[in-house]
Amino acid sequence: MRVGVVQFPGSCDERDAALALATIGAEPVLLWHGEADLRGVEAAVLPGGFSYGDYLRCGAIARFAPVMGALREFAGRGGPVLGICNGFQVLCEAGLLPGALTRNANLRFVHREQHVRVEASGFWTGGCRPGDVLRIPVKHGEGRYVHDDPDALADAGQVLARYCDASGELTPAANPNGSIGNIAGVTDAAGNVAGLMPHPEHAVDALLGSTDGQRLLGAVLPGRSTRGLSAPLRLA
Amino acid sequence: MTVPTPAPDPRGLARELGLTDAEYERIVATLGREPSTAELGTYSVMWSEHCSYKSSKVYLRQLPTAGERVLVGPGENAGVVDVGGGLAVTFKIESHNHPSFVEPFQGAATGVGGIIRDILTMGARPIALLDPLRFGGVGPGDDVERTRRIVDGVVRGIGHYGNSIGVATVGGETVFDPCYAGNPLVNVLCVGVMAADTIQLARAEAVGDVAVLIGQRTGRDGIGGASVLASAEFGDAGVDDAKRPNVQVGDPFAGKLLIESCLQLYAEDLLSGIQDMGAAGIACSTAEMASKAGMGMRVDLDLVPLREASMEAWEILCSESQERMLALVAPERLERVLQVCARWGADATPIGEVTGGDRLVFTHRGEVVHDAPAASLADDGPVYERPVADWVHPEADVPVDDWDPPADLRAAAMTLLGSPNLAPARCVWEQYDSIVGSGTVLGPGADAAVLRLPGGDPAFPRGVAITADGNGRWCALDPAAGARLVVAEAARNVACTGATPVAATNCLNFGSPERPEVMGQFRDTVRGLGEACEALGTPITGGNVSFYNATGDAAIHPTPVVGVLGVLDEVVARVGNAFQAPGDALFLVGAPTRPGLGGSEYLWRLYGRVAGRPPAVDLDEERALHALLVAGADVGWIRSAHDVSTGGLLATVVESCRGGGLGARLLPEPGVAPHQWLFSESPSRVVVSVRSPDAGQFADLCALRRVGARRLGVVLDEPRLELQGLIGLDLDEVAALQDAALPRALDLDG
Repeated sequence: MRVGVVQFPGSCDERDAALALATIGAEPVLLWHGEADLRGVEAAVLPGGFSYGDYLRCGAIARFAPVMGALREFAGRGGPVLGICNGFQVLCEAGLLPGALTRNANLRFVHREQHVRVEASGFWTGGCRPGDVLRIPVKHGEGRYVHDDPDALADAGQVLARYCDASGELTPAANPNGSIGNIAGVTDAAGNVAGLMPHPEHAVDALLGSTDGQRLLGAVLPGRSTRGLSAPLRLA
Repeated sequence: MTVPTPAPDPRGLARELGLTDAEYERIVATLGREPSTAELGTYSVMWSEHCSYKSSKVYLRQLPTAGERVLVGPGENAGVVDVGGGLAVTFKIESHNHPSFVEPFQGAATGVGGIIRDILTMGARPIALLDPLRFGGVGPGDDVERTRRIVDGVVRGIGHYGNSIGVATVGGETVFDPCYAGNPLVNVLCVGVMAADTIQLARAEAVGDVAVLIGQRTGRDGIGGASVLASAEFGDAGVDDAKRPNVQVGDPFAGKLLIESCLQLYAEDLLSGIQDMGAAGIACSTAEMASKAGMGMRVDLDLVPLREASMEAWEILCSESQERMLALVAPERLERVLQVCARWGADATPIGEVTGGDRLVFTHRGEVVHDAPAASLADDGPVYERPVADWVHPEADVPVDDWDPPADLRAAAMTLLGSPNLAPARCVWEQYDSIVGSGTVLGPGADAAVLRLPGGDPAFPRGVAITADGNGRWCALDPAAGARLVVAEAARNVACTGATPVAATNCLNFGSPERPEVMGQFRDTVRGLGEACEALGTPITGGNVSFYNATGDAAIHPTPVVGVLGVLDEVVARVGNAFQAPGDALFLVGAPTRPGLGGSEYLWRLYGRVAGRPPAVDLDEERALHALLVAGADVGWIRSAHDVSTGGLLATVVESCRGGGLGARLLPEPGVAPHQWLFSESPSRVVVSVRSPDAGQFADLCALRRVGARRLGVVLDEPRLELQGLIGLDLDEVAALQDAALPRALDLDG
């Protein structure tokens, strides 16, 4: 499956996302921010980083990039789009995802190994079932999710994952940034557009740590919906 | 050609810019006339201590720099080492001490940016950063408020720049000692990787090549940073507010665009040469490129994009505005170069050209303002043999190893383990992205960071190990012995991961070179470094000297920080420092435990003393240990390896236990006093764990290689450290103590 990875000036994890997609057997295609052309991809990832420097609100400039018009149209047709970290911020700024991401509660960048609990079931939960606990790193300065009505969001099935401890409990200590309701990821109403603060592309290779990210990114592999991916994929 | 107009009061201006009268006479003799203001500006920065190494050069020449893997040694922006498989790795350490004291956030941030551009200049993609940091004390009687402010700013600054530019911060040190209260040390090491045949060298290749300025506009920030900040002591009052505008301001986004632009320019082979602009900006980059090629350059300063149109010629020349590079481009390639930079959004402006002859000519507002031989600026600066006095530490002869053991061993152990210098610096690492680039196999907390290299055979990726170590107390007590120990420790850290140490870089942090005893420390340190690097097979490929780390009468400990690079032919063979499984057998491998409390953390933490002689290191014994560690990792017997260093055996074993969430039972060493056994920092020792069935073979391997190996004990399932016949420690209690030590000392979120 051809999966686009958008490259903004200031993107940092776009090569990591491409490598991770290749690792699980997808075909990554870099998409340039200045071109409104998705090059025939069947899904798209907006990677981590600091698009256009993010000296303004994170993602506030990136939403105006030519590629975003094409992505909006693609998402409207039901095309799968995943924003990771900065990509999540961009999708919120673009109005493609509900809520917003603000400075971490302690006003510091935070990078740590993080447990998250899968909450919903949809395209981007890949081979996971609600309640599954995954170990996936977070690294961001502005990842505190805010939303006016997080309960309604959860009731609509749009909360993708929440920060938790190793046993799946939603404790304050397990919340790395002060996100409301420990929310780590959300989807749009249709479920094909998703945003995650944790970095599944940094959890696909046992040499580097956890491989739980494969279970989320594996969503883009063909045949997934019938086969289901309850266990991590083996490397191709 | 017109001759530049002399400065109004050239001699007076020269003094103001920090040039001595003798240096001024030398400029007049070189030019055959009185210098212009612009010329005084360029000579003063190029001949500053920071740029010219005028006090250290005579000693640095003694360091070993050649080796079979060294592709590029000192003299370029960074050393380059052949790591096999067609790949080369470039690495270098630099200091940004003075700016980080004046303005911690921007000082540290631009330190990161500066070393990244040195690595980029060699043709490599920067892939990792390490930050050895030294701050003032955080105990009673220390100015903790000030230290907190500096630590907070420095850590945020490093994170701000490193995280945003997409280069992983994979290691470093965080050391607290009152001697750094007025002179914090912010050293930054960067590693880059490239194909071995694509090294870019900074030299003007051909007459007519166009000089293209890439990156940020030139502003008034950082003017004279090298000469004014890094080449003078701070006054008695400490930070001088008037110096703050001399600190540059970093823009990681501009740096990121510069990286991506340059990497594409290299990939398309579009450049004749490239040089980053760090200290002394346009003056330095043009002088160095022209001088290396034995050519001249002519630059029209009116073409330089400015932030403020009113800037004078000398300001444009000496500005240290960040995120700028100077590229030399054959005229037929110019259009494509400008296209590539435009695609990435980096400004690129032709500002001059390479000329025949040897003159560095700058014009401004239609007049020649500068006309001097390039080599006189870049290479022919003054070299001083400063007065040297032997340095003898007043407490060096205190017989600390004969002192009575602590009355309460358990209390002593817990006090030591609670030291901020031994606590895992998690609250610092958590502010850094250590994984971007998907290469970090071992990151913060490891003996050495291990990086998987891109390229090569994807089924068997290659790796490098990199660490940076220093120990100011050892070096204060005996600079030569201390320097040998520091090199040995850095190389040992690399060998613990299973990598073969192959090259080194050094950052020499010292007080004022105008003090004879500081030059004595420096002379002895360089001697010790040279001996150890020679013996351990790690030639010095580059580095940096930072003098004037003194405030009033208070100078820092002489603090050489040494980075060592190691090679892992197959990165999957790497070894971490955490215990792996209960029942694994523990060995103490290498030298016997010798008296080693001189300059130790034990002595500092329990007695508040820096005293005694540092332990001696046998460099042959050390090298044999490294070879054993590599062999043991290669055959897969070594499951964890952790070197005994600051804090001694106890601190080492606690770290390995905590890393694996396990415990251990240890058997005391017969004939060694318990406090020496636990707290001695005598070198060349490593705690190794192996599967119990492999213990016999491993012991045979050690015997075959004539490396000592004593059974130390066994790994336990529960978090408990039992020192048989002595004491037991609850490791959950130790963890709580250690994890609180830094946040409490620094009141990070209070």
